[in-house]
Amino acid sequence: MSPVVQTFSLSKTFGKRTAVRNLNLEVFPRDVFGFLGPNGAGKSTTIRMMLSLIRPTAGDVRLFGRSVLTERSHALARVGGIVEKPDFYLYLSAVRNLEIIGALCGGVKRSRIFEVLELVGLRERAFDKVKTFSHGMKQRLGIAQALLNDPELVVLDEPTGGLDPQGMKEIRDLINHLARERGKTVFLSSHLLPEIELVANRMAIIHKGDLVVQGSVADLLDSGEQKVIFRGTPSNRIRRLLAARKSLVRAVQRVGTEIHATMEFRHIPDLVKILVRNGVRLEAVIPRRSLEDFFLSMTESSSVA
Amino acid sequence: MSMIRLLCAECMKTFLKKRTYLGFLIILVVVPLVEIAMKIEGGRFTEASLRSFHQDFFFIGSLFNGWFVAHQLMNSLWVHIPLLISFVAGDQLAGEATAGTYRLLLIRPVSRTRIFLAKYLTTLAYAIIFVSFLGVFSIGLALLLMGTGDLLVFRGGILVLPASDVAWRFFAAYILAGWSMATIATIAFFFSSFVENAIGPIVATMGVLIVLLIVGVLPGEYFEAIRPYLFTSHLNVWMGLFAEPVDWSDIVRSLAWLGGTSVVFAAAAWAIFVRKDILT
Repeated sequence: MSPVVQTFSLSKTFGKRTAVRNLNLEVFPRDVFGFLGPNGAGKSTTIRMMLSLIRPTAGDVRLFGRSVLTERSHALARVGGIVEKPDFYLYLSAVRNLEIIGALCGGVKRSRIFEVLELVGLRERAFDKVKTFSHGMKQRLGIAQALLNDPELVVLDEPTGGLDPQGMKEIRDLINHLARERGKTVFLSSHLLPEIELVANRMAIIHKGDLVVQGSVADLLDSGEQKVIFRGTPSNRIRRLLAARKSLVRAVQRVGTEIHATMEFRHIPDLVKILVRNGVRLEAVIPRRSLEDFFLSMTESSSVA
Repeated sequence: MSMIRLLCAECMKTFLKKRTYLGFLIILVVVPLVEIAMKIEGGRFTEASLRSFHQDFFFIGSLFNGWFVAHQLMNSLWVHIPLLISFVAGDQLAGEATAGTYRLLLIRPVSRTRIFLAKYLTTLAYAIIFVSFLGVFSIGLALLLMGTGDLLVFRGGILVLPASDVAWRFFAAYILAGWSMATIATIAFFFSSFVENAIGPIVATMGVLIVLLIVGVLPGEYFEAIRPYLFTSHLNVWMGLFAEPVDWSDIVRSLAWLGGTSVVFAAAAWAIFVRKDILT
């Protein structure tokens, strides 16, 4: 199966700052590919290079096997996308905006414009000026324009940014619908791991312009060490009881009032039973995967910086 | 076919935007004001201008008429009309950057060159429509208010062109003015290609225009030597039609110079646009 998206040692520097360095990504047909990284990691720069908004300093991007640099029109023919926040011609209606975008896609039928507006729940507001739309409605119109030419690859850059929980759920449902029922390949960037976990089957993490990891979401989240945080009293007894179960727990460490145990999640019920039976008053048992820890440490360090 | 679609889309964006009509609105207000004021003042202006000639010449009839007023209004083509044209032309590319809509346009399977071409042609169309509107409205209203007659032209001395010989000169003069203003629009469009707000191109275009106009009238051998090479020295190409005889070779030379200036600025704008990293 040939990849829908392939980047080859993709790099971009702005002056002395390297935004993306030797990035090699592969996205396959019907993937919902999560592209994860903290703010400023290089996600949007990568997407801008994918969609030919900026020229790479080095490397190449191939969409459906065609180079964005040398066969731009062919490469982008089966692609739709939103890059960062969706901006429109605010003085025009939703329909007029989509007509303009349709002209750039070689022309689309008016019925198709209403079809995508229906899909994102904006049919009733089709003739209203976009300046009267809320942020969530603009976001949905952004998805409508991305789907206008019925693309095989949909690139969504932080599509839930600034939305309320209900709006975020609607976008997630739409992405699932596009992937599962319409067979689209979705390239989804986000700085939220739970968001990617909920919709993506494959993912990559980028940090400070470097690719950290790439693979299936299930494999990546289950790989490596799994950690369980125990909160309760007395904590000394928790530590002692866990340390004594060497067949179930590989390592035990006190972190403040918490006890961190390196172990497999499947042993949690047995250990809880032991702790409770020995008079421990358990307040919380929190499973933490190493990738989650890793990603949290990345986002925390970047937010501190 | 796809080029026509692109052109229609660009025209839709430009001509459905309110600011596009600001220039038209200003003309609709200012031209009647000026023409009505001139009608009220009557022939005082021409009388004062001709006072010294009365000793040697005998004038029959009124030289203050619609043609004369319409001709005076063409002087707005020096600075006022370029300002209004740069207002729209300077927004063509920079406006997309400001609004963030480059991200909508430039991820489509159509080359940047085609998008550029559609935008540039729309800009030229606007400039030509605007100048045509100025011509039709100012001449039409002037003739309606003050009637026709011989045209009195002050240029070095005085020239009186017979009424029967005037209409074609105005028609041709506005075609040449359209050519001049297309150059102004191209320069504003060029500045629009590398900035991200619409004010910059307007200020830059007017700055270039005013500086070169000043350089064009400064005394001294050095300035006289460079004068023929300044595009501003050719912006008044339309004036050549209100002479007797018309110096066609001079007009063709000015048109070529203005055309060359437009080609250079349009090519530079294209080179910037197709290589531009979209970061907004």
